[in-house]
Amino acid sequence: MLGYYLQLGLRSLKRNPVLTALMVVGIALGIAASMTTLTVLHLMGSDPIPWKSDKLHYVQLDNWSADQPFYDDGRPPDQITYRDAVALTEAGKADRQSAMFKLSLPIQPENKELKPFQSLGRVAYSDFFAMFEPRFKYGGPWNRDQDDSHARVVVLGKDINEKLFGGQDSTGRSVRMDGSDYTIVGVLDAWNLRSRYYDLTNGAFADPDEFFMPFTTALDLKQRSSGNNSCWRSPGDGWDAYLASDCVWMQMWVELDSPARLAEYKSFLDSYVNEQKKLGRFPRPLNNRLLDVNQWMEDQQVVSRDVEVQTGLGFAFLVVCLVNTIGLLLAKFTRKAGEIGLRRALGASRRDVFTQFLVESGVVGLSGGLLGLVLTGLGLVAVRALYEEYQTVAHLDWTMVLTTIGLAILAALLAGLYPTWRACRVQPAAQLKM
Amino acid sequence: MEIRPILSALMRSKVSMVLIGLQVALTLAIVCNALFIIGQRLDNMNRPSGMNEADTFWLGSSGFGQGFDAKAVQQADLALLRQLPGVASATTTNSVPLSGGGWSTGINLQPQQNTSTADTTIYLVDSHALDTFGFKLVGGRNFKPEEVTRTTFGDQLKPASIIVSKALADALFPDGDALGKQVYMDQDPPTSTIVGIIERAQQPWVSSDSIENATLVPTYMPYGNYSRYLVRAEPGRRDEVMKLAEQKLSEANPSRIVGRLRSMEQVREEAYAGDRAMAIILGAVIVALLAVTALGIVGMASFWVAQRTRQIGTRRALGATRFDILRYFQTENFIITTLGLVAGGILAYALSLWLMQTYQAPRLPWYYVPVGFLSLWLLGQLAVLGPALRASRVPPAVATRSV
Repeated sequence: MLGYYLQLGLRSLKRNPVLTALMVVGIALGIAASMTTLTVLHLMGSDPIPWKSDKLHYVQLDNWSADQPFYDDGRPPDQITYRDAVALTEAGKADRQSAMFKLSLPIQPENKELKPFQSLGRVAYSDFFAMFEPRFKYGGPWNRDQDDSHARVVVLGKDINEKLFGGQDSTGRSVRMDGSDYTIVGVLDAWNLRSRYYDLTNGAFADPDEFFMPFTTALDLKQRSSGNNSCWRSPGDGWDAYLASDCVWMQMWVELDSPARLAEYKSFLDSYVNEQKKLGRFPRPLNNRLLDVNQWMEDQQVVSRDVEVQTGLGFAFLVVCLVNTIGLLLAKFTRKAGEIGLRRALGASRRDVFTQFLVESGVVGLSGGLLGLVLTGLGLVAVRALYEEYQTVAHLDWTMVLTTIGLAILAALLAGLYPTWRACRVQPAAQLKM
Repeated sequence: MEIRPILSALMRSKVSMVLIGLQVALTLAIVCNALFIIGQRLDNMNRPSGMNEADTFWLGSSGFGQGFDAKAVQQADLALLRQLPGVASATTTNSVPLSGGGWSTGINLQPQQNTSTADTTIYLVDSHALDTFGFKLVGGRNFKPEEVTRTTFGDQLKPASIIVSKALADALFPDGDALGKQVYMDQDPPTSTIVGIIERAQQPWVSSDSIENATLVPTYMPYGNYSRYLVRAEPGRRDEVMKLAEQKLSEANPSRIVGRLRSMEQVREEAYAGDRAMAIILGAVIVALLAVTALGIVGMASFWVAQRTRQIGTRRALGATRFDILRYFQTENFIITTLGLVAGGILAYALSLWLMQTYQAPRLPWYYVPVGFLSLWLLGQLAVLGPALRASRVPPAVATRSV
């Protein structure tokens, strides 16, 4: 019977091709608008490291001015000072910990055919690799001894190894950066993070880091971060004054393997800050925070407000498209009252009529959904063209493809259900009288 | 007007009426708020930076290693840039308007002030800055070459003289007598004297609350091994000068990278890429929304016309003119649209209120909704015109035919 209904439905849809196209395109546009925006929203805010995002915590200490909080709403600064970063790392109270900052260095390739180029990388402790788990293609991270000995070593990203060494195993070789040679200990595999969540202060969707260098080694270079730096009072003259100042320019992450460890670390931080208060620092009330990955992403609004507004708008548009389809189907089915009456009089049950018209609206919904899926793909291409920095978050994944199809079927059923229900309430006698 | 028969006919198809009304309501609410957001973005994008953006570009130089003499290279580069053919003017600067990165600081009227009087961005420039940027002097004078100090990066700035934007001058001295006044660039002395006021200079950050507060500090100060230059080309020669400048600087000193070449046009485009994208996306949704709503009205009206062909024929047979029929459908659409618009008006303000609370968005100006009313009335009337004309052409003889 279902085959027959499908045939009837298709014939009926063919009878009003313009109207059918109108309904299908309507649903497709609604689906495309809502799914394009939802995909970006979903990928932007998705947990980048779900297996341990609740164990990685971002350290915030409030060393800001007594007269003015860092953020107007009283949240502590988004980065910490050099002296606190080093003190906390050296205390080693967490299961793993690393201070880090963004550093831009010129790279001078050995191969004279390559021009020297500026490269953006990261300065961190060896724990960084165990905490954030990038996969290595060759070699591995440097070790804690090398942290302590200020070793001239470096880990390269995949792209820069491609550029400098044609993608070959370059471990053991050296690379000249800013006039000094560094031994390559490891090369990362492609590390396609959707958002660079470990440094949200300098842009969640910035390009991936091209190299990693020990914190202690980089400090010998007396290089300032190429990321954000904020001071609430003048640091004074020279490098040493800068290191001793209350300027914040580093990020600090700790890994804490259980809630008990988190509580311990929290109280360690509190006692650390209280000690510092005795030295005349930290004039503000105790305001330490240890947000986990997802909390930190939310705090720093990784999902931009524009994207939230666009998603709301996309779904509102879908509602309008559905209302439109309901109206059109209703009008169409109402006109077919005569046909329905005839079929009912010839013995079709209400259930039969219901199935027949639901199949018809189902065909509309499914075609709309499939077209919508294609349009969603195009919509994401458009988003990538409009927002250069959203390359990693404007892609369909399987969850989103399935959600799109599910949404389309749901939309079609919602749109078709009421008109269908109305259609099968037609009284056969009333229609046959004319 | 034959409102009563229209109403009673409408009451017989309540659901369809509600559906069209709902569509109109949602459309009005969304279009008003979306248009308002687009308008704000366009307003932001149209703010002048205060500088000559057509002929200027900037580029950076990054030297290698601890032995690199950044200060000497900076002087050599400036001398080289200034004598290149096609170059009208060049200056060193740490940042430019719209670039997204730079320095900001509080500026004070008293020493040891707890909260600063105003926030400002700092452009570290030399005495060619006004000419190169194209900033317009409205009071006082330009820097003299001997006022440009040499500072080592990491040391405090202690400029004896500064030039400020008019917005900053007014924020510091509301009486308009900023020229010649002393301010504290830091919490401690020495003070800096305001020697000049420029009409406008935007900060590097387009979303700054105090976007027009800017201070020019006359000093040569490379950022480590890094220097940046702003160059103004003679009109129409920017692109050729950009290539030439990059090439000549690279040749002059191979132990550094010359890069980050950007025309101010590119800088502006990148600064507002997000706003532009938002405006385009919202614009696309508005167009699609209006199209879907209009086509929905066409579709629904067509069915009503088809459904009532016999009644129309009967009315025509009983003496109704074509115009009467046309007016009937136009009036019917007007009633439905109006009901939808009333609901939509309330919805538009509710949506605006929600956006205000959730995103600190500004309030929707009152006139958006009345303008929206007029536009959607017009849209409805145009959409229904086709089906209504078809209805008016139904011959009276139809009344006598059976199905």
